[in-house]
Amino acid sequence: MVETILDVRDLRTSFYTDEGEVKAVDGVSFSVPKGKTIGIVGESGSGKSITSLSILRLLASNGKVVGGEVRFKGDNLLAYSEKKMRSLRGNKISMIFQEPMTSLNPVFTVGQQISETLIEHQGMSKKAAMAKSVDLLKLVGIPSPDKRVKQYPYELSGGMRQRVMIAIALACNPEILIADEPTTALDVTIQAQILGLIRDLQQRMGMSVVLITHDLGVVAETCDYVAVMYAGQVVEYSDVRTLFRKPKHPYTVGLLKSLPRPDEDQEKLIPIHGTVPSPLHMPVGCRFNPRCPAATDLCREKLPDLFDDGEGNQVRCWIYNEQWPGEKEVDVFGEERTARC
Amino acid sequence: MTQHAAGAAVPKRYNPRLEMYKGIWRRLRKNKSAVIGGGIVIFFILLAIFGPMLTPIDPNATDITNKNQPPSADHWFGTDNYGRDMFTRIIHGAKLTLIVGFLSVMIGGVVGVIFGIVAGYYGGWVDTIIMRIMDVLLAFPGILLALAIVSVLGGSLTNMIIAIGIFSVPAFARIVRGSALSVRKLEYIDAMKALGASDLRIIFKHILPNVTSPIIVQATLRIATAVLTASGLSFLGLGAQPPAPEWGAMLSAGRTFMHDSPHMVLIPGIMIVIVVLAFNIFGDGLRDALDPKMNK
Ligand SMILES: Nc1ncnc2c1ncn2[C@@H]1O[C@H](COP(=O)(O)OP(=O)(O)OP(=O)(O)O)[C@@H](O)[C@H]1O
Ligand SMILES: [Mg+2]
Repeated sequence: MVETILDVRDLRTSFYTDEGEVKAVDGVSFSVPKGKTIGIVGESGSGKSITSLSILRLLASNGKVVGGEVRFKGDNLLAYSEKKMRSLRGNKISMIFQEPMTSLNPVFTVGQQISETLIEHQGMSKKAAMAKSVDLLKLVGIPSPDKRVKQYPYELSGGMRQRVMIAIALACNPEILIADEPTTALDVTIQAQILGLIRDLQQRMGMSVVLITHDLGVVAETCDYVAVMYAGQVVEYSDVRTLFRKPKHPYTVGLLKSLPRPDEDQEKLIPIHGTVPSPLHMPVGCRFNPRCPAATDLCREKLPDLFDDGEGNQVRCWIYNEQWPGEKEVDVFGEERTARC
Repeated sequence: MTQHAAGAAVPKRYNPRLEMYKGIWRRLRKNKSAVIGGGIVIFFILLAIFGPMLTPIDPNATDITNKNQPPSADHWFGTDNYGRDMFTRIIHGAKLTLIVGFLSVMIGGVVGVIFGIVAGYYGGWVDTIIMRIMDVLLAFPGILLALAIVSVLGGSLTNMIIAIGIFSVPAFARIVRGSALSVRKLEYIDAMKALGASDLRIIFKHILPNVTSPIIVQATLRIATAVLTASGLSFLGLGAQPPAPEWGAMLSAGRTFMHDSPHMVLIPGIMIVIVVLAFNIFGDGLRDALDPKMNK
């Protein structure tokens, strides 16, 4: 059993807006094993980014974590002081964002921006930090790093900038790297390079990675575990093999069916019908029930828990519970149940 | 800043910030009224610093035999009702005027910038409270707020500076809040936070440099307002007290003799107009130079 480095339990985050309380994250649980990569997938608006921002406590001023726990090596981060939290960010837990073009300040050189983190967290001198910056640029595969370190962001391509962001994020040898759609804004070939780099650095540095994406192909290639999010909740959490071979939740099944897969003979791609519910008007019961082909009255009345199958894989669906009132032929565990969907 | 990146001919070593300053200087030089306004401003600053050393006469030295003299070769700006040399008094007054202008705008600027940045950066209820207070201050028409504050504090030069300082706070707070708000939304600020940067460091290193242009423009324009307000308050006897050679006070003192010795009101009056106008024109020019988008 691998050691768990980050354990998110029943995380709830709300935004208070003029239209009312937006429960952007509503009972998210997953754990990040040490040295492994966990993918968080889900449609736009499912709360992936807010989950990661809640972990680092970087929410906008109208947002608040209203419940749950975020345990980093046993400590609940939600109980940390802001000062303690700050010394953790960029140091023990780092985060990179989707937009490399705008994630760097245009008026400082690459070296100045990498140095800033080193000076802040490791108390390095300016000179030492600059020297380390060159090493870091080399580490992330930027050619002629001693020249690049003096350049401004505009002189670098998008892929190059994302490499710089990774260099900054990894400057202090973090134990966890959270990457929120790190390649969405990049060309396909560059995407593969950046993902390869993250994987490579992860193995070398032994850190854990939380990779947020809505690309299941990326998940299949990169992740060890997957949390599938739907409407602010984790609906399925499992290791990546199980997820692709025996998806449990009808939503996961739908996602996989809508994905072109070279390894299987697909008749056609089947989109999931309907749209994501608005966080202001969540359906009663299971959040997915209006779009679920297998929904029963129970699904429309009561929200299922995240049931554990005993092997560390979890699913938030009534089908996998004794209370399931649906047809008996879906009585066996496993894919036969959801295959009907 | 970023529009340079798109430019066709990008020189090899190029510092975005330096390039920005060069652009500002180029545009400022092209703006005739800004050059004239800036020239007058510099002239008055030099006059205020060195003028008093160059005039041999004591600005408060009375000469009853020579009172109410019109301008002449001996007394370029004439004399007042105590026979004091108006030219000397105007020069010493320039120093007073500029000190009041700069000091009060500095006070108002520092406080206003802090309020504005805090409001814009933190948002939420902090923003609401600060900006409501600013709204209340702005609700007083013109000089009335400064007038109210001085009447509470009592009329003196120091109190007047404080009053005009407070009077300038909301203008700075508003402008800086707007800029801070837009900078706050930039991705690199979020990235900085995610890397553990403290609010203070983000504000000073990454937000303040982005709001300096509007602060400089606002400060220049506010000095004009401050000078005008100070003259007004002194005119009403609530600012500089006699025999201080403050222009507003001189204007006020000259009122009684306006009929026979019009130079006693005309000269300080014209000086006030020139200085206020110069700062205003220069401020407008700066604004155009700092914000090239406004021209297009
Ligand atoms: N500041 C905010 N105020 C109100 N609601 C917000 C705020 N930020 C996010 N939300 C809401 O929270 C929900 C989840 O947003 P989040 O950014 O986590 O989605 P996501 O899964 O990352 O989507 P994407 O794939 O588009 O990045 C959305 O419905 C969004 O409207
Ligand atoms: Mg997102």
